[in-house]
Amino acid sequence: MREIQLSLNKTQKIRLQRALEKLESLSSKVNSHASVTIADSIPVSYEDGVLKGHGTLDFNGELVSTVCGVVERVNKLVYVRTLRAKYKPEVGDIIVGRVSEVAQKRWRLDINYSQDAVLMLSSMNLADGIQRRRTALDELNMRSIFEEDDVICAEVRGFQYDGLHLQARSQKYGKLQRGQLLTVPPYLMKRRKQHFHHLDQYGVDLILGCNGFIWVGEHVEARDDMVEDQEKKPELQNTKSQKNSMSLEDQERTYTPIETRQNICRIANAIRVLSTLGFNITAEVITETVNLSSSLNLDIHQMLGSEFCVLVAEGEAERRSLTKRKG
Amino acid sequence: MEYVNPEGLRLDGRRPMEMRQIRAEIGSVAKADGSALFEMGNTKVIAAVYGPREVQNRSQQISDKALVRCEYSMANFSTGDRMRKPKGDRRSTEISLVIRQTMEACIMTHLMPRSQIDIFVQVLQADGGTRSACINAATLALADAGIPLRDLVTSCSAGYLNSTPLLDLNYVEDSAGGPDVTVGFLPKLDKVTLLQMDSKLSIDLFENVMQLAIEGCKAVANYIREILLENTKQLEYRRGL
Repeated sequence: MREIQLSLNKTQKIRLQRALEKLESLSSKVNSHASVTIADSIPVSYEDGVLKGHGTLDFNGELVSTVCGVVERVNKLVYVRTLRAKYKPEVGDIIVGRVSEVAQKRWRLDINYSQDAVLMLSSMNLADGIQRRRTALDELNMRSIFEEDDVICAEVRGFQYDGLHLQARSQKYGKLQRGQLLTVPPYLMKRRKQHFHHLDQYGVDLILGCNGFIWVGEHVEARDDMVEDQEKKPELQNTKSQKNSMSLEDQERTYTPIETRQNICRIANAIRVLSTLGFNITAEVITETVNLSSSLNLDIHQMLGSEFCVLVAEGEAERRSLTKRKG
Repeated sequence: MEYVNPEGLRLDGRRPMEMRQIRAEIGSVAKADGSALFEMGNTKVIAAVYGPREVQNRSQQISDKALVRCEYSMANFSTGDRMRKPKGDRRSTEISLVIRQTMEACIMTHLMPRSQIDIFVQVLQADGGTRSACINAATLALADAGIPLRDLVTSCSAGYLNSTPLLDLNYVEDSAGGPDVTVGFLPKLDKVTLLQMDSKLSIDLFENVMQLAIEGCKAVANYIREILLENTKQLEYRRGL
């Protein structure tokens, strides 16, 4: 059994227990019998015909699961949805990744998948926004776009013979700066219409990558300053020494006000709490948690304490029971 | 020495066919993709699984299946006499190999081409049967990591002392120098994937002892299955819809 690793006192323990039991009672009515472990046989009626999906195996005419998870049935297809597995990419997913290598005409990104993903130079919009062939010069300047260990937001393009390919053909994709990257188990993320969120009241951008990487950073205005960058580049390249000593203007641009930084930390901590509790992570739940913490006048560091965790669990139980009653 | 007294009790008070108490816990290493803690009596083992992930050494990459690696180690404080063991001594290399081969046989490696799975097992407390405990812990950790397996591999040892077959030997019985049979078993497929024996045993007695070990494996498998199901249910209801 996966215990929540927190130091709780007696009353907190009981309260948490009660909240979790409430959650259990809410969900158990839906499908308690659908959970399987490895080598459990899945009951199916062969008259209707069965399509074996992921996580299943045919053993002497019996359908057997190969992973721990929940059995899902879509028409004839029977598959097992794993909990706590590595991220499985689907075409069109919005993901956040970290550059692990700059190679020939491509970047390799760590995206929490069983292999590194590939972002080709040709599937990137150039900074100047002009459509043209990528020259050898572009290839040499790849490090000026993304370097190793940069955090990038991109979209899954598809599987090719040499692995998983990404693309970043829009202004909203690209390098992420001035913020925090959080890693949560990917099964807590859900595919939605909207993965980019601008939390207006905090001046913060929130990118919920489908791969369980979440970016919380300062809000950036549609990234149209790229054109500006291009104009400045020649002079920067001429005098390399100037690059290191930032001009006052540059400092002004990279400065993040303290309130924004505090907001980023508050939102990041809210996500951390949700992920330790193992609750689904959506923009609404995150803002709710942040509001709860600020309404209680909690400091940012207090959010990771056990008391707040218990409160969030109770809040979640309350919320789910309300939505249940409505639906 | 008398390992089974006239009343039919062993040194630690068990009956010959009795196993030690087993306990398992999933998710004991927060950063790992899958992890588990497994106890058989006083033997305590922790396992962590990382992957499937990108192959670290490109030359080892296999284009049609996953690379499985395993590292077994014993903590310095795990035994009574605190010895500084050099890393990669013969005993631990051998056990690493055994665990790797056993796990590789049940992981569906062809589903994860060009990737690597790392299994780390460490003995925290050694009281005989570390090999079996390691395999059980590794199975739990792999299942926790969501890696597709053909079946759960479980392992248990059995021995033969004072002309009695004994299940699940502890350290004292293990060091008596009698026969010690370790079996790795796939309960659903009803197949043996690992069979090791120290010392000698006549063929008809061996059948008996091995059957006893297999029974032990089945008992472990039932327990592991309960733990996994409980864990899956918890994850599911906590996540919500």
